[in-house]
Amino acid sequence: MSTYLDRPTVRSWLTTLDHKRIGLLYLFSITFFFTIAAAAAAAMRIALLSPSGDLVASDVYNRLFTTHGVLMVWFFLIPAVPNVLGNFLLPLMVGARDVAFPRLNLASWYVFMAGGFLVLYAILFGGVDTGWTFYTPYSSTYANGHVMLMAAGVFVSGFSSIFTGLNFIVTIHRLRAPGLTWFRLPLFVWGIYSTSIIMVLATPVLAATLLLMGLERAFGVGVFDPRIGGDPLLFQHLFWFYSHPAVYIMILPGMGVVSEIITCFSRKPVFGYKVMAFAILAIATLGFLVWGHHMFVSSESVFAGVVFSFLSFMVSVPSAVKVFNWTTTLMRGSIRMDTPLIYALGFVALFTIGGLTGLFLATLPVDVHVHGTYFVVAHFHYVMVGGMVMAYLGGVHYWFPKISGRLYPEMLARFAALTIFIGFNLTFFPQFILGYLGMPRRYSMYPPEFHALNVLSTAGASILGVGYLLPLIYLVWSFYRGRPAGPNPWKAKGLEWTVPSPPPEHNFDAIPTVTEEPYAYNPEEDP
Amino acid sequence: MSETAAVSAEVRERHEITTQLGMWGFLATEVLFFGGFFMAYALYRHSYPEAFAEGGRHMAFGLGTTNTALLLISSVFVAIADRAVRAGRRGLTLGCLATAWLMGLAFLGIKAIEYTQHVSDHLVPGRHFLPGQSSNPRLQLFMYLYFGMTGLHAFHMIMGLIAVAWLMNGVRSGRIGPSRPEPVAVIGLYWHFVDCVWVVLYPLFYLVGR
Repeated sequence: MSTYLDRPTVRSWLTTLDHKRIGLLYLFSITFFFTIAAAAAAAMRIALLSPSGDLVASDVYNRLFTTHGVLMVWFFLIPAVPNVLGNFLLPLMVGARDVAFPRLNLASWYVFMAGGFLVLYAILFGGVDTGWTFYTPYSSTYANGHVMLMAAGVFVSGFSSIFTGLNFIVTIHRLRAPGLTWFRLPLFVWGIYSTSIIMVLATPVLAATLLLMGLERAFGVGVFDPRIGGDPLLFQHLFWFYSHPAVYIMILPGMGVVSEIITCFSRKPVFGYKVMAFAILAIATLGFLVWGHHMFVSSESVFAGVVFSFLSFMVSVPSAVKVFNWTTTLMRGSIRMDTPLIYALGFVALFTIGGLTGLFLATLPVDVHVHGTYFVVAHFHYVMVGGMVMAYLGGVHYWFPKISGRLYPEMLARFAALTIFIGFNLTFFPQFILGYLGMPRRYSMYPPEFHALNVLSTAGASILGVGYLLPLIYLVWSFYRGRPAGPNPWKAKGLEWTVPSPPPEHNFDAIPTVTEEPYAYNPEEDP
Repeated sequence: MSETAAVSAEVRERHEITTQLGMWGFLATEVLFFGGFFMAYALYRHSYPEAFAEGGRHMAFGLGTTNTALLLISSVFVAIADRAVRAGRRGLTLGCLATAWLMGLAFLGIKAIEYTQHVSDHLVPGRHFLPGQSSNPRLQLFMYLYFGMTGLHAFHMIMGLIAVAWLMNGVRSGRIGPSRPEPVAVIGLYWHFVDCVWVVLYPLFYLVGR
């Protein structure tokens, strides 16, 4: 039988309109960018082995963390689940033959790669030392290096987010199979839907902000320039109006993945389906109203600070609801500790720590103490890496049999998942302590009393590195040599599991009609 | 025969709703894109009202008003073109689109005349900015926003002209017609949006302080 993987010519891949192939194109691209960004992080961790910053000069160190931040945020975390798993799965999950606009979908990948190469060019030919946030007036006036090129790369790649978000919104509205009502959609689809709304509404503001910054740099005068009456803080407001919702672009799809995995491996319907769906929408909505918590110490008024602090606390309510509902779903389930579930449980644990430390940071007086320290670094890595990367890897393992038609070595995969969990905690937990003790972020040197904890963190990073390398090796091997998986190795529910693995190019021979509620699992009948 | 015709009509209608939804979503991103600039405008107009009032007096009121009228009327022609293409009246469709296209081009021409005038008045922000002795020191910020926002709008006008030219080509060759009319409505949405942006920009720059 023919599958979407037949016709393995380069030309057929580069001109494909098949959402599954475009998902895989994104998979290769973001793995490539992830590797470079991870190498930059490794270089930083090695440099931090010694307090005196012997390995790299401060200038190089600044370029390393900018490279790491820009690539990880815009070229790995944001596209990871939506553009790889979302592209592959969304049409299958809603019972469609493709996304609403297949050509726009392919265009989004080309735009993404164009942006990526601009950024790579900027890195190779001198780098940028502004940090991923491009704060003015440093970025617009003083910074050396290819700020314009890098900002242009981010600007261009933003269109890839917008195109993908548009495509997903229209697909979910218009192409659902008969009987697949809104409240029968898998929570993964709800996660992708909310993410898409943020992509469509927030990304253009980033584009406008970077454009204003770039114009100011090009013409030597601009709206953030205090010499003509401009306010540099406006840049921060506009930047975080995008970049805080962007944090939810990076976590909501992960929440969707985790909901799929936890229900499947506990053989239970998700606890409180509608609440889970509304919680995702609530996080997406509130996410637009909290950007000011990045500026508590940047001359924002106390009144604004209090309001943003309160709104930031509000986000924790739907987030906590989700954590409790996942836990309740597991309760009295028929649990199988397979690799995807290990990742999903890792997500719940680490996201909880990341979320709770977020409350510390949303508290005005505490933020004055820990702002700009490693506490912040540890907090967002718990959410981004502990949360999103765990969810992404869990999702890649969960759907790997569908994507490739083959199984990976289960014991090795479990070992890798545990290695990542341990390595991650060893890397980032010491950073909470370092930050609380007052070690500022973004310096290549530090006082000797922080030495031991930094060595511990670097040791953890090397374990984490091994953990990431393992799936890269055994998944590639399994793609060609793994045991055949069959259409549904996990006995999972959902339309994507009703088609052969790998799916045929047109997905469904006949468009299915959905008569079942979502997650119709029964813990009694199936171990 | 009539049954297949009915089915294909239904498929076409569903397809049209889908593409229109796509365009509405894109316009939402456009609103937020201009939103960043509107935010900057709101902040600085609140901080420096006198500078903005003075800036408004530097604008060519007559030319700006003419341009507003041109765009509004061009939108009417685009709307008629949408009806005409559905009714299968190819000549009327082409005529309306061509009129709208020429009005869009005239808009850009008038904009170019205004820009030239600002250049010779030394009102372009940067090293050559020389507004005269009694001028408000924050005038430069106003002019910066003026060039930024109207420039961005002009860029969207150029995109609109390209899109309408593509439409005319499609109507002429018959690819767009009564059996496939939806591109006119979808690109029409974009045209109306660019028109609406100007309707907001016009009071912000030409009527402020007047």
